[in-house]
Amino acid sequence: MLKIENLHAEIEDVDEGEILKGLDLEVRPGEVHAIMGPNGSGKSTLAYILAGRDGYEVTEGSVTFEGEDLLEMEPEERAAAGLFLAFQYPIEIPGVANMYFLRTALNAIKKARGEPEVDAASFMRLLRAQAEIVGVRPDLLKREVNFGFSGGEKKRNEILQMAVLQPKLAILDETDSGLDIDALRTVADGVNQLRSPERGIVVITHYQRLLDYIVPDHVHVLVSGQIIRSGGKELAIELEEKGYADVLARAGVSLPEGALHAAG
Amino acid sequence: MATALETVQEYTGHEYKYGFYTDIEAEYAPKGLDEGIIRFISAKKQEPAWLTEWRLDAYRRFQAMEQPDWQKPEVGIIDLQAISYYAAPVQKEKPKSLDEIDPEIRRTYEKLGIPIEEQKLLSGVAVDYVFDSVSVATTFKEKLKELGIVFCSISEAVQEHPELVRKYLGSVVPQGDNYFAALNSAVFTDGSFVYVPKGVRCPMELSTYFRINAAGTGQFERTLIIADEGSYVSYLEGCTAPQRDEHQLHAAVVELVTLDDAEIKYSTVQNWYPGDHEGRGGVYNFVTKRGLCRGKRSKISWTQVETGSAITWKYPSCVLQGDDSIGEFYSVAVTNNKQQADTGTKMTHIGKNTRSRIVSKGISAGRGDQTYRGLVRVLKSAEGARNHTQCDSMLIGDQCGAHTVPYIEVKNPSAKVEHEATTSKISEDQLFYCRARGVSEEDAVALVVNGFCREVMDELPMEFAVEARKLLGISLEGSVG
Repeated sequence: MLKIENLHAEIEDVDEGEILKGLDLEVRPGEVHAIMGPNGSGKSTLAYILAGRDGYEVTEGSVTFEGEDLLEMEPEERAAAGLFLAFQYPIEIPGVANMYFLRTALNAIKKARGEPEVDAASFMRLLRAQAEIVGVRPDLLKREVNFGFSGGEKKRNEILQMAVLQPKLAILDETDSGLDIDALRTVADGVNQLRSPERGIVVITHYQRLLDYIVPDHVHVLVSGQIIRSGGKELAIELEEKGYADVLARAGVSLPEGALHAAG
Repeated sequence: MATALETVQEYTGHEYKYGFYTDIEAEYAPKGLDEGIIRFISAKKQEPAWLTEWRLDAYRRFQAMEQPDWQKPEVGIIDLQAISYYAAPVQKEKPKSLDEIDPEIRRTYEKLGIPIEEQKLLSGVAVDYVFDSVSVATTFKEKLKELGIVFCSISEAVQEHPELVRKYLGSVVPQGDNYFAALNSAVFTDGSFVYVPKGVRCPMELSTYFRINAAGTGQFERTLIIADEGSYVSYLEGCTAPQRDEHQLHAAVVELVTLDDAEIKYSTVQNWYPGDHEGRGGVYNFVTKRGLCRGKRSKISWTQVETGSAITWKYPSCVLQGDDSIGEFYSVAVTNNKQQADTGTKMTHIGKNTRSRIVSKGISAGRGDQTYRGLVRVLKSAEGARNHTQCDSMLIGDQCGAHTVPYIEVKNPSAKVEHEATTSKISEDQLFYCRARGVSEEDAVALVVNGFCREVMDELPMEFAVEARKLLGISLEGSVG
């Protein structure tokens, strides 16, 4: 469903050179891919480019989503096509009730697909059911979008949005960052509930520990804008045991000093 | 991909929806202003001698005044001799029932979405329709009459309730209060009048819909609302005007009076023609609005959503005379294209333990410029007075401006006055977050801005909150409005 070929990208108006340097990735329905890598390897850049954020320039390569040129689409068109990005840092929208926001989003997507909109009552039923599944307390639904949420609440709220919008492809950008072990488990449970043969999931993470709970089919190591190694779930364990240094050395890649430390 | 700024610029192409003109036979006073014109208006309305004198007195005070220039928007001297002070649709006879209203006028209001038919109206809203200088219809009059509530045009009130009009007219905004109020006092032609008797809670929203139609005229309406002891009324005004290249002057006066334990909630959704992208045309909205909490424990609450006008210059105010009385001001002002607004409130604390609350949300887009100007005055007598002011400004784009000018004067040491202010830019992150969830960029702007204004929107009567939200979205389309 998602096919990335030889993707090169840089940040607009900044002379820092390429962040992504020829990245290839293919995700098929039902697969869970984990992309791991040290800080500055281009993980978040990849997530943002896929979701269509401003400020990045693709200089080479292509991305197709279900056969369509993803890079030509506006962010809202990507959402309507079934792509979802769980943000690493969810954004606060003061004054807008969480459930109103989510209903607006769901109906915007339905409208774009030519489907009938959901009325308030049916939406509430749907929302309550999903909130229970992903472990979101009802009071969170009435609060303002991410406003005054704890780190864990924000991440859980992202998973709730995903559960309501039911995307074909979900990209989770460092969903584990800033979570304690209990929160991590709830979030992972939420994601696992959404695993299905039709849905693709890309988990971007720094640490292996999330992958104890969301077990991936494929693991990729992203370093300096390229995937230097791919494998099954055992690759994540190898990374955890031996660290990035060993994997990198075997791939013949050296990193600037400090990057590995940050990679933990 | 479009940035928020580009979107804003793109949306500035939005056209004013209510800019049409109704071709109708109208009767005008000759242009210009002198005692003769004032006598003409007074005679047209068959007013009693005291009122003619009252107008002339206002005119004499007016002549001694000069157009003020302390505000931020540059107005220039308005040529008051170029305006016709009376324009009225020709009616053979005053319509006896709603069915007899001129079909053209009826169609005008239908196009504006407020048909003059009780059954078609939003349930529970009575409307007074003011077309140019005169009131053309008032709905639900009979039903209100049963409760003793008087809701009619002020011209009618002059004829039928002269004692009330004489007692309260000018009691809150005296004739010589300021330049535009003095002008209004001299030449006002119509407006609404409300009297709610003791202990009565008005069961429906009362509303006036102002429409400037004729060219080369100004609208000088006068509204007077009196809530007798223990009564309650919620009142809403809405306004539109045709699109014209010249500026039109709207200089209204609104006076509110609450006696002991009474409450008036006054809401405005102002959508006067704002002028085009280059600032040609548009209404000058220079209005004096003031409420007097005369009674103990009385309350006056102003809520305004200001999206229109080329220049908005007004400060709905409360004079808190009765002990324990409460004044509130909730405002959303949007300026887009070359619109300018200098608005805010004045809270004057006289009575003991009087409280006031000010929440002002300003949104500036395009080349819009706005100023919050507020005065909180605590007199020596106002033992235990409290005020809380919150002023938030949001900027959309990089060519607009927002300014906050709070004045605070405290003469009683027991008073507590708080002022908070913030300025923010609509963030690309917020818009991207919404868009990544499937919401289009224009809806994302409306969503974020509505969130920003929520505290104020929550104060609007339910029936109008939805409209106001849409209007905000539209205004932001047109210059973010």
